[in-house]
Amino acid sequence: MSKTISEKILSAKSGVDAYAGQIIEAEIDYVMANDVTAPLAFQEFEALECEPVREKIVLIPDHFVPNKDIASAEQAALMRRFVQNWKLPNYFEVGRGGVCHQVMVDEGFAAPGRLIVGADSHTCTYGGINAFSTGIGSTEAAACFAEGRLWFKVPEAIDVRLTGTFTKNVSGKDLILKLISDIGVDGANYKAFEFSGMGVNNIPVHDRLTISNMAIEAGGKTGIFPCDAATDVHLKGRVRGKYTPVGADKEANYSSVLEYDLSELDYMVAFPHLPSNGRLVSEVDVEIDQAFLGSCTNGRIEDLRVAAEILREKKVRDDVRMIVVPASTEVYQQALDEGLISIFTKAGAFVSGPTCAACLGGHMGVLAKGEKCVSSTNRNFIGRMGHQDSEVYLAGPAVVAASAVAGKIVSPEVL
Amino acid sequence: MEQLSGKVWKFGDHVDTDQIIPAERLVSEYNDRLGEFVFEKVRPGVADQITEGDVIVAGKNFGCGSSREHAPRALVQAGVTAVVAESFARIFYRNSINIGLVLVEAKIEAEEGDVVSVDVENGTVKNDKSGKEWTFPQYPQYIRDLISSGGLMNRIKEAKRCTGSQ
Repeated sequence: MSKTISEKILSAKSGVDAYAGQIIEAEIDYVMANDVTAPLAFQEFEALECEPVREKIVLIPDHFVPNKDIASAEQAALMRRFVQNWKLPNYFEVGRGGVCHQVMVDEGFAAPGRLIVGADSHTCTYGGINAFSTGIGSTEAAACFAEGRLWFKVPEAIDVRLTGTFTKNVSGKDLILKLISDIGVDGANYKAFEFSGMGVNNIPVHDRLTISNMAIEAGGKTGIFPCDAATDVHLKGRVRGKYTPVGADKEANYSSVLEYDLSELDYMVAFPHLPSNGRLVSEVDVEIDQAFLGSCTNGRIEDLRVAAEILREKKVRDDVRMIVVPASTEVYQQALDEGLISIFTKAGAFVSGPTCAACLGGHMGVLAKGEKCVSSTNRNFIGRMGHQDSEVYLAGPAVVAASAVAGKIVSPEVL
Repeated sequence: MEQLSGKVWKFGDHVDTDQIIPAERLVSEYNDRLGEFVFEKVRPGVADQITEGDVIVAGKNFGCGSSREHAPRALVQAGVTAVVAESFARIFYRNSINIGLVLVEAKIEAEEGDVVSVDVENGTVKNDKSGKEWTFPQYPQYIRDLISSGGLMNRIKEAKRCTGSQ
């Protein structure tokens, strides 16, 4: 019988001829955890008193590092001790890593056909390069540390058929905000998105990662793109080991079909307090206090390039703070080499090294009561970036940069 | 399995895990005190009012957002024994199974302060005040077996399937 990409990967990893709805146990390729979710996993794992499956574990501090306070320092130290105690090979220290999902991509853990789990909901990011990847909890991460396997319910898939190509600086962020707004924050609960159609080839890999990253914001288990020549180019020189691209069968069964013409999309912004509150940027009038560019959603080099081009020879408005946080050390270095960091600082933006920063209200840009932030991140929940009465507006990098200059949420074309 | 009965705390749709336990509390020194901070940004003070055995009744997509297992742990530490909701977000659902928070997928009518009784074995939930009763689907067999074997970690320990063992 024909299969979706999800069914194929989960069949291959479980040795079971698996279809949507079945529960299977599958071998995972990697299990990732960060400084916030790993400590609970360590506690569960150590109670087992067994050896870890070392080569499959990837630990990346990113949420509250560089240590934002003493409690975070203690937590990060726990992680370091666990790595030393068990002699784990895949640990990315502050200064040599960054936001966990970008590091998973930069360092070549994420690759086509792989099954990757992570104790962070945005683990679904790697679907952008044809992996089946999904978020799990800390106890499940601990189970994976011990066994290198986990149970999965094979998800039904939603076929997202894409045609056309993006116009202006419209990007993957605008597509995914539109999609989530169309189907709602639970529109894909327990399901996988699988992207198809000629439009896929017109979406650069970094934008595919952005789109897959936010699959969870519609409740999705993952969001998978096919592997194409662009994927192979992206993987060259960074992928660890061999990989096997997985495509969907022509007659595969999908629970539903969504269709988008990329050329018809325009800049989107999601209003508080749900990612599904998407509106057209051209139809809103919101003054902002802060513009945040970064995160596993939109902190890649291509995002920084778009923003820098808009900010070149311009200034961030006097009453706005702009915060730029490259997603990884690799991105940061590249931005330095290309002179982007200098464009940001000359424009009056604050630039930091890679970390999750204010995305989840940790540090570096936490919002005060009543403040509004336009942000390239993935969540605008109540109090997500700080005070419960602050507001987060989600948008793509072009809108974030333009809004920093204008002091209100605008598209770059109106500057 | 158990019969649960508790006072209702009412919530709406799409209660995300940032609401249940905000990021500021996700440091290990709070891991055993998470219950003190449950819902602190959206319903300040409710953590002190929740008593052992209480039940959350909510709408669609309860527990959406972050994978933080701290969320179901915070509810349990605060005294909540079950969440009755129209639907649950996927990761929260799995996390709750692993830490022993009972989830009831049902759309019920209850006001804050009502008492509801959950019969896990028979898949029924009853509003003791109104007398109305609803049924809810049982967990799939695989998950029921997982729970009856003492949970994921216990099963691994018992089976000694730790592949890394020397």
